[in-house]
Amino acid sequence: MTIVLTHKLTGLREVDAPHSLVAQFGPDHALQMDSGGRLDQWSIAYQTYGELNADKSNAILVCHALTGDQHVANAHPVTGKPGWWSTMVGPGRPIDTNRYFVICSNVIGGCMGTTGPASLNPSTGRPYGLELPIVTIRDMVRAQAKLIDKLGIDTLFCVVGGSMGGMQVLQWVASYPERVFSAMPIATAAKHSSQNIAFHEVGRQAVMADPDWRKGRYLEEGVIPTKGLAVARMAAHITYLSDEALQSKFGRKLQDRDAPTFSFDAEFQIENYLRYQGSSFVDRFDPNSYLYVTRACDYFDLAADYDGSLARAFQGVKTRFCVVSFNSDWLYPTSASRAIVHALNAGGASVSFVDIETDRGHDAFLLDLPEFIATSQGFLDSAAKARGLPPAAP
Amino acid sequence: MSIAREGAAPAPAPAPETTSRVDLLLVAAMVEPNSRVLDVGCGDGALLRLLADEKGVDARGIELSQRGVNYCVAHGLSVIQGDADTDLAEYPDDSFDYVILSQTLQATRRPRVVIEHMLRIGRRAIVSFPNFGHWRIRAQVAFGGHMPLTRQLPTPWYETPNIHFCTIQDFIDLAQAVGARIEHGVALDQFGKPLAYRGRWIWNLLGEQGVFLLTRKS
Repeated sequence: MTIVLTHKLTGLREVDAPHSLVAQFGPDHALQMDSGGRLDQWSIAYQTYGELNADKSNAILVCHALTGDQHVANAHPVTGKPGWWSTMVGPGRPIDTNRYFVICSNVIGGCMGTTGPASLNPSTGRPYGLELPIVTIRDMVRAQAKLIDKLGIDTLFCVVGGSMGGMQVLQWVASYPERVFSAMPIATAAKHSSQNIAFHEVGRQAVMADPDWRKGRYLEEGVIPTKGLAVARMAAHITYLSDEALQSKFGRKLQDRDAPTFSFDAEFQIENYLRYQGSSFVDRFDPNSYLYVTRACDYFDLAADYDGSLARAFQGVKTRFCVVSFNSDWLYPTSASRAIVHALNAGGASVSFVDIETDRGHDAFLLDLPEFIATSQGFLDSAAKARGLPPAAP
Repeated sequence: MSIAREGAAPAPAPAPETTSRVDLLLVAAMVEPNSRVLDVGCGDGALLRLLADEKGVDARGIELSQRGVNYCVAHGLSVIQGDADTDLAEYPDDSFDYVILSQTLQATRRPRVVIEHMLRIGRRAIVSFPNFGHWRIRAQVAFGGHMPLTRQLPTPWYETPNIHFCTIQDFIDLAQAVGARIEHGVALDQFGKPLAYRGRWIWNLLGEQGVFLLTRKS
């Protein structure tokens, strides 16, 4: 009873009854995970846009980032905000829903209807909490592949995603090279750096230090560690923006006052902004889920699965790549994308690489930047031509 | 996200200067249809497009300028942002039929290493370059007493990216030094017309550009 009540209070009802399609899997499609764990009963929530063509050759899988979800191009059921990538996905957009069949699913470990730590553990009847096995990027991709199987699609025309979504793109090509015709890893890296892990650890410690976290069993106790999660989000949000962007937007401007009050109020506008980002995040995101998805990124090191050689991960792949970075992104910097490009070249893959000039930092991939949009459009159009897809209707 | 959505986004980059270079058609003519080509310093991708459209070539490019790369990729070409001096080392042996370096050799830091990589990556290398032995250039240095400024080399010495000029004779010597065989060579006059061969020194004096097709000797 408490659980249901809590979910209703926080918007986490999407965990059990998402505003999405849901694919259910049983023991004959158990999800074997990198950690050694296994999910015999699991589900994956997803959205689709557009129509699958007769020979099923026009499907694009969009992979979401850390705190994203499947609502890529429709209003969000909890916040009511437009889809998180509506600049990129929609009618007449580069990922044109008049032309392509677009699929976006919530990752394993997420909290928007796919099995995650807030889901009920069928063997105990209570939420998994930390009993859910640790999730990796490869586990996320395994689950997506099972969904794609279920949809009857053999080869995806494109797999595309930014940030953690880009890691899934790379993993898709490494795991299922023959099933990915083209790939767009954006603002991402083939492994998490020490600095990346460090920032994530700060976030996790903030959640776990909140007394309401209750060793991960907060749902049964009718509380939510919102303060800890908000702090985690505040720290992470800084990493998504560049110093220049913060400086030009906020500088040292004071919030609703003409002179400093010499207090610990949100004196500066940047403080107010971060507090807002933190507090609005907790309405839509499960704290344990935050632990799981940040951990998945930390474990990501694609080359490690191939004797330390990233080139070997992509040896002989036929997939056409477009790698995109943003020059002010210090979270997954241009050098991380360049390392991917070098490995692809060494593996003999077909690759385009564009570093977009912007002062917007990591979050630039979510914005309506004309150069980025034009690049994506050009790449997808030429890939569609190579795939034999008819041109977009005028 | 409110922070990031505000402010005017930069306008999309216009096309880089049109490369209507006289050597493009000549270089394209040296490439066999349906081959695999890497164009190093591909600019706005004019040669890549020509090769892909007219000869069914699997055409890839490397370009240093961000503007050039963005333009190419937005127009559906397979191009990466990179540098001839540092990025050729990443490519495996024999991954292309032709590696092309068009009007870029003189701007590389280590021309010999670049040529060696080209011959390693590709079965053949095609190189076009401005001939520093042309009589106009000689005359400007000899009689004007200053670094040459020509229609083809319009940038003053203190701003030019060109750091390793050579003459046609120098290039032939370099080809020998790296163990390459010159399969085909052309000198172009100021109108981009091939000069009839009347001896190497005539080419070296009257050619504004040289275009050479090299192969490995072995």
